Amino acid sequence: MSAAPGQTVGPFFHLGLAYPQMNELVPPANPRAVRLHGRVTDGEGNPVPDAVIEIWQADPLGRVVRRPGSLRRDGWTFTGWGRAATDPDGLYSFATLEPGPAEPGKPAFFAVTVFARGLLDRLFTRAYLPDDAAALAADPLLSAVDPARRDTLITKRVDQGLVFDLRLQGTGETVFLSYPRLRDAWA
Amino acid sequence: MNPQSSQADINQEIEAAAQQPGGPQPKIDYAAYRSSVLRHPKQPLQLVDPESVELWAPAFGHRDVADDEADLTIQHAGTPLGERIVVTGRVLDGDGRPVANQLIEVWQANSAGRYRHQRDQHPAPHDPNFTGVGRVLTGADGTYRFQTIKPGPYPWRNHLNAWRPAHIHFSIFGTDFTQRLITQMYFPGDPLFRYDPIFQSITDPKSRELLIAQYDHDLTTPEWNTGYRWDIVLTGSHRTPLDLEETA
Repeated sequence: MSAAPGQTVGPFFHLGLAYPQMNELVPPANPRAVRLHGRVTDGEGNPVPDAVIEIWQADPLGRVVRRPGSLRRDGWTFTGWGRAATDPDGLYSFATLEPGPAEPGKPAFFAVTVFARGLLDRLFTRAYLPDDAAALAADPLLSAVDPARRDTLITKRVDQGLVFDLRLQGTGETVFLSYPRLRDAWA
Repeated sequence: MNPQSSQADINQEIEAAAQQPGGPQPKIDYAAYRSSVLRHPKQPLQLVDPESVELWAPAFGHRDVADDEADLTIQHAGTPLGERIVVTGRVLDGDGRPVANQLIEVWQANSAGRYRHQRDQHPAPHDPNFTGVGRVLTGADGTYRFQTIKPGPYPWRNHLNAWRPAHIHFSIFGTDFTQRLITQMYFPGDPLFRYDPIFQSITDPKSRELLIAQYDHDLTTPEWNTGYRWDIVLTGSHRTPLDLEETA
């Protein structure tokens, strides 16, 4: 069966995709809350003020939770999924918990989806936690990418959490991903 | 890029791009859509086997979506202007399995071609009785259904005299993370198709047709609404069939 093609999210996505607390997987006041944030930039380094970032992640114990409630946050249920729109400076921000590794020895990461006006199809990437050097070194994806581009997939620790910038094109271009069944869809 | 490109210029670019072999997905490097020029990656995508969280999609439920969010015509005191329509179909994965209990979000212009969005400065009237936003969960067999108003075409500033064919934006989740899709549903026979670089960025004509709903007279009801059917096929799941049954 042929998969439906994507189309750009366009300039008016706030109308249909925005909802309260969409970027708060946990309340920011939660003592374990971490701020995952960054800037989305284009091929000239200018901010992209009309992008949508979605994250999907394991809980701190590395479990994939599959609980409803992302659209009506109750402040207690961690659903592992959130959405943020960039601001006029291209900045996005999430309040969340740090994901745990899926199994011992694996690096923990956020699965990230990017949409934007001007971007005709969505992009996928990963934002790895930076701490476990041995796990990062053993990771199949990080080992496969050009070493010069590897750091684009790894978050940086700052005072207020984790920074993950997304460069859609040009110098420092983020590594974006494809998966086997997506390639099948081209056959 | 010259902001004053003419439609004839854009037509030539569309024609030239159509000569290059393309896949079923849009070309993300598609300069006829001017905003795409600096916003697409130039490096090839890195192929990776999905793991852990990428093998699952977020879950949504009735806590997330109220039943009446599927009716875009009842969100205000009065009745919106325009042609009342029903849009329904099934969401299937690439192997033909229904995508059950999953979230669909839609947003659209009103019947005059105006979005209820600050950034839309097209001097067509707002409709106080139409917001243009809906949500629905698919049923056990992957079926979804919206009632809405047929959106109008609208101008944009990609080039001089640029107009988008009428469309409804759809945001769709699958059964795993990799199936995430945001796209646009179009209406059959729209005269603007050939002029639109967003639609034409899908250079394979058969793939473009996958985004066009079919008029279905069986969905049309007497003295109330016309009906359109649009089935949505996602890419294949990366989980094994056994895994998928366990979650059903």
